[in-house]
Amino acid sequence: MATLEIRDLHVTVEADNATKEILKGVDLTVKQGETHAIMGPNGSGKSTLAYALAGHPKYTVSGGTVTLDGEDVLEMSVDERARAGLFLAMQYPVEVPGVSVSNFLRTSATAIRGEAPKLRHWVKEVKEAMQRLNMDPAFAERNVNEGFSGGEKKRHEILQLELLKPKIAVLDETDSGLDVDALRVVSEGVNRVRDNGQVGTLLITHYTRILRYIKPDQVHVFADGRIVESGGPELADKLENEGYEAYVKGGASA
Amino acid sequence: MAEAQNIPVGSATAGQIAVAAESTVATRMSAPPSFDVADFPVPHGREEEWRFTPLERLRGLHDGTATATGEGVKVDVQAPGGVTVETVGRDDARLGKAGTPVDRVAAQAYSAFEKASVVTVPKEAVLTEPIRIAVHGQGGVAYAHQIIELGAFAEAVVVIDHTGDAVLAANVDYLLGDGAKLTVVSVQDWDEKAVHVAQHNALVGRDASFRSIVVTFGGDVVRLHPRVSYAGSGGEAELFGLYFTDAGQHQEHRLLVDHNTPHCRSNVVYKGALQGDDAHAVWIGDVLIEAKAEGTDTYEMNRNLVLTDGARVDSVPNLEIETGEIVGAGHASATGRFDDEQLFYLMARGIPEQEARRLVVRGFFAELVQQIGVADLEERLIAKIDEELEAAVA
Repeated sequence: MATLEIRDLHVTVEADNATKEILKGVDLTVKQGETHAIMGPNGSGKSTLAYALAGHPKYTVSGGTVTLDGEDVLEMSVDERARAGLFLAMQYPVEVPGVSVSNFLRTSATAIRGEAPKLRHWVKEVKEAMQRLNMDPAFAERNVNEGFSGGEKKRHEILQLELLKPKIAVLDETDSGLDVDALRVVSEGVNRVRDNGQVGTLLITHYTRILRYIKPDQVHVFADGRIVESGGPELADKLENEGYEAYVKGGASA
Repeated sequence: MAEAQNIPVGSATAGQIAVAAESTVATRMSAPPSFDVADFPVPHGREEEWRFTPLERLRGLHDGTATATGEGVKVDVQAPGGVTVETVGRDDARLGKAGTPVDRVAAQAYSAFEKASVVTVPKEAVLTEPIRIAVHGQGGVAYAHQIIELGAFAEAVVVIDHTGDAVLAANVDYLLGDGAKLTVVSVQDWDEKAVHVAQHNALVGRDASFRSIVVTFGGDVVRLHPRVSYAGSGGEAELFGLYFTDAGQHQEHRLLVDHNTPHCRSNVVYKGALQGDDAHAVWIGDVLIEAKAEGTDTYEMNRNLVLTDGARVDSVPNLEIETGEIVGAGHASATGRFDDEQLFYLMARGIPEQEARRLVVRGFFAELVQQIGVADLEERLIAKIDEELEAAVA
């Protein structure tokens, strides 16, 4: 069973010629089939965790370990992490001019699966996945994320999640900028993948709204670069009612 | 209604973008067009038409010190049946009909060449195979003149392939009869030391279509002047260009479409990728719509993709309109950077770095490569693009 283990993870960024520590010792274990929600105020370091796991060059790991089934993730390049089974659905997916969605998806699936999917099966697979996400087939011929609306970008991220079938999926604020209908479609997509029981999900969000559609097994509150409280789904209800105020104050005085 | 726009998307570029203030095509030249080299002063580098060009790397083409050597270039023409291939003297009546040299090097080439090569496709002949002209540099200095003439309603594809090492100055004339259709692909796949300066003159007949595809990969300095004018109404010109400028290379494309006749069309699309220190691409796109050229429809675009730091792009679209009675006129120029975020996004989907770069650059050039319509050439260009990218990473 696939397991992602994060131990005492410290991450820094360079800003204004100074090194700033963003993550200050994160401990978390995500197993296949589980869904963990990470919730926290803006600036608490949630997205840094997501990007550091994926290996974004802007972030430097200054301490701790991350392993996927015992393999050292931090030693891997960005593409190696993806091929090892780590997937990051990005909050701000990047435009790639001149590269069509269909070409991108096939190139990616070929890399992840280790061989080119059979064309006939692949076309059907993509078409069906797009239908489930209410995506127009013409979408496949557009350039990656170019001119996409906020909702289209997120659907495209979840389309990749469905096609690439990772062991661990990190969803970074997938709910941000979505109206209720789009949120429902995207959540249903995430749930289809979760229902296979093959993926461990790390759902990073600022709002509790998405948790009405995607039920977490565990909820973690993130503040000032670390997890400050963990609990069951009821913790989300508490955050819904009380907000992050208690945690932000605690972080400030620490 | 006339529409002129210029959209530099410069926020993310590592290269530099220069957008010229409006200035007239004619006044920017330091001397009027002439066949005689003596009519042009030796450029010093500050003239408008020379300010981007490294004169010291022209190996004397601009100041009269480059003397033709016996082994300049070897030219081999392969033409299907029915096509006439001749070598003619300086007195041939067809010389200079398509256009007049506009700068000192073109005039030098015209003044210095000894024999011109003329390829003629008779009227109404529709060729099913391309005419292939191989220009192979032998390491020397050469001045050349090439004429390609299509009779009325003839159709042909011509591939001119430049390889090897040479210092070459040339004029290439395209004469299109009424209703003729000519596609010319000029590939500059020179060795790294080559210097190539040329003026292409197309004279497009009534209802004729001229399609030029200029592909520049190699050479130390390549400076080309593709120019179009119209001999009758209803003419159409499409000028496509693709360049891949590596470290230390200077590749300059200076276009002029002279809408001197009513109801003609033109469409210009040039795209370039740059990588490495001191890679320098220059694109000048001049479109002139003369007062008499009512009903003109024109658009020109230049796109540059800067792959690494240290490269420089100068892109100067210039549209000059002397009549408002036109169908449309526009221009655009944009230089963008292949950035780390794109690379991260693709790699985060399991795609290895090298392949990610290839994907983006191939995509960038794809629409142009598909326009060529010569299968073996399209494949070669894609392979060449891949090769350039691999060389950069290695």
